[in-house]
Amino acid sequence: MTLAEKILAAHANKKRVSPGDFINVRVDLVMSNDVTAPIAIREFQKLGVKRVFDPQKVVMVPDHFVPNKDIASAEQAKLMREFARKQGIIYFEVGEMGIEHVLLPEQGLVLPGEVVIGADSHTCTYGALGAFATGMGSTDIAAAMATGDIWMKVPPTIKLVYNGKLEKWVGGKDLILHTIGDIGVDGALYSAIEFSGEVIESLSIDGRFTMANMAIEAGGKAGLFGVDNKTQLYVKSRAERPYLVYEPDGDAEYSRVIEYDVSAIEPQVALPHSPANSKPISKLKNIKINQVVIGSCTNGRLEDLRLAAHILKGNKVHPGVRCIVIPGSQQVYFDALIEGLIEIFVRVGAAVSTPTCGPCLGGHMGVLADGEKCVSTTNRNFVGRMGSPKSEVYLANPAVAAASAVMGKIASPEELLQRVKVNG
Amino acid sequence: MLKGKVYKHGANVDTDAIIPARYLNVSDPDELAKHCMEDTDADFVKKVKPGDIIMATTNFGCGSSREHAPLAIKAAGISCIIAKSFARIFFRNAINIGLPLLESNEAVANTKDGDTLEVDLSKGLIKNLTKGAEFKAKPYPGFMAEIIADGGLIEHTKKRISRRRA
Repeated sequence: MTLAEKILAAHANKKRVSPGDFINVRVDLVMSNDVTAPIAIREFQKLGVKRVFDPQKVVMVPDHFVPNKDIASAEQAKLMREFARKQGIIYFEVGEMGIEHVLLPEQGLVLPGEVVIGADSHTCTYGALGAFATGMGSTDIAAAMATGDIWMKVPPTIKLVYNGKLEKWVGGKDLILHTIGDIGVDGALYSAIEFSGEVIESLSIDGRFTMANMAIEAGGKAGLFGVDNKTQLYVKSRAERPYLVYEPDGDAEYSRVIEYDVSAIEPQVALPHSPANSKPISKLKNIKINQVVIGSCTNGRLEDLRLAAHILKGNKVHPGVRCIVIPGSQQVYFDALIEGLIEIFVRVGAAVSTPTCGPCLGGHMGVLADGEKCVSTTNRNFVGRMGSPKSEVYLANPAVAAASAVMGKIASPEELLQRVKVNG
Repeated sequence: MLKGKVYKHGANVDTDAIIPARYLNVSDPDELAKHCMEDTDADFVKKVKPGDIIMATTNFGCGSSREHAPLAIKAAGISCIIAKSFARIFFRNAINIGLPLLESNEAVANTKDGDTLEVDLSKGLIKNLTKGAEFKAKPYPGFMAEIIADGGLIEHTKKRISRRRA
């Protein structure tokens, strides 16, 4: 069995499962946020049960339109807060919260070998730790909050193998954008992805979160990584309960195996209006921009902020650009503060915000106007994603985003370094 | 029996196109319906009549997990969606809230925007009344047919809970 099949079989009390099987799966964590929880709560209340199945396995995170952006979202957040307190479930208030997919692994709430479902499509992020994690809608979450299980169709698994040596400024974001560009936005529809190969082994946990996060952008149900020493090191200090590590069998059956030689991959930029529209940065000429966003569940972790700060240090944000930096969680914010990264951002003229999904989905903290262009480290560039339907979003890694903020146009870090050299 | 005019779309219609995130600060289906598809077709909500049908090619409903998307479509008066394929979270959400989805390559290939269709859900039959042609939709797997027959996931789960208690 593949990694996904092994975890699902164990959670369905079966020796073996195969793609296409309908199974009932025990869930270790059920998550929702301030946008999806209000509907989940409404549906939960129709079920006629008073309590959630296990308050320690249900979590609600206010992160999308929080700190409240308007009265309507304040009402949604309030409804969720009151339900969470009444049920005694896990809840993080503004001031301790983070973007759910940065926060939950960091808090040790997601562990290897577990099954996590969340009313947010980027729940697949937790696959980075060797968990089977998948996004669902509010009604599925409502049912699981009551019963502690959920039906699933066992997905076929696509194995992606990355070999070779990463070029400078190329990381998890570029690998996943390149992959989506190759297989398309429905290239992994209904499938689990298993990421593997020597490049994956050398990739940091933060880089793995970035890749797993965007499995959904290829239509994937989950994106999983094997558990290695790096995973164990990340999890060990955080886990407060035992966990099981699963490995794919040597004779596991994959619906597709795709191998990538990463040596020729440049930093990637996904042009509007599809994450599959990825191009090597050298192919883009003089695209002037109005805004840069560095953050999100895709690239709002400490490693991402370090990379952005490294590029920005000693420079100035271009006068034609608003550069917005959003640490993914309170912990990331704190660590960035202690390391001096926040000081760098403020000095170069970037706006730093408390954690929120905010601009990624055109909520607040950086909504775009007609005709504006934004380089963003987020995950989607659909029409109207960050505001006006006539605005444009270019997806990139944090180094490219930072270099672009200084140059006022889409630029590679190399281009910026060259300019700095010339100007002495 | 469902009957209505077809609004035809292409591939990868995403949930931001179905209901832009700027309207997700409410969860009332009728409020959401006011903005259904507005960035793609500003007059859609004004034009659509109860019973009308959305048709698309592949990967309809990709992107976010927001259940607001099928809720908005249903509350706008759309009776069912016919496509070559659906994004998986959207598929679950629609079934869970009782918005019928049908998969049929032939129906999509042989139907134009504005054609009138008649759909028999129990038989999975799609009739194009404009062209006088008939197509068969892919049947639902038994497990999903059960959820649909129960009237959505909440009713289905209620039954499961009462069986457990018994």
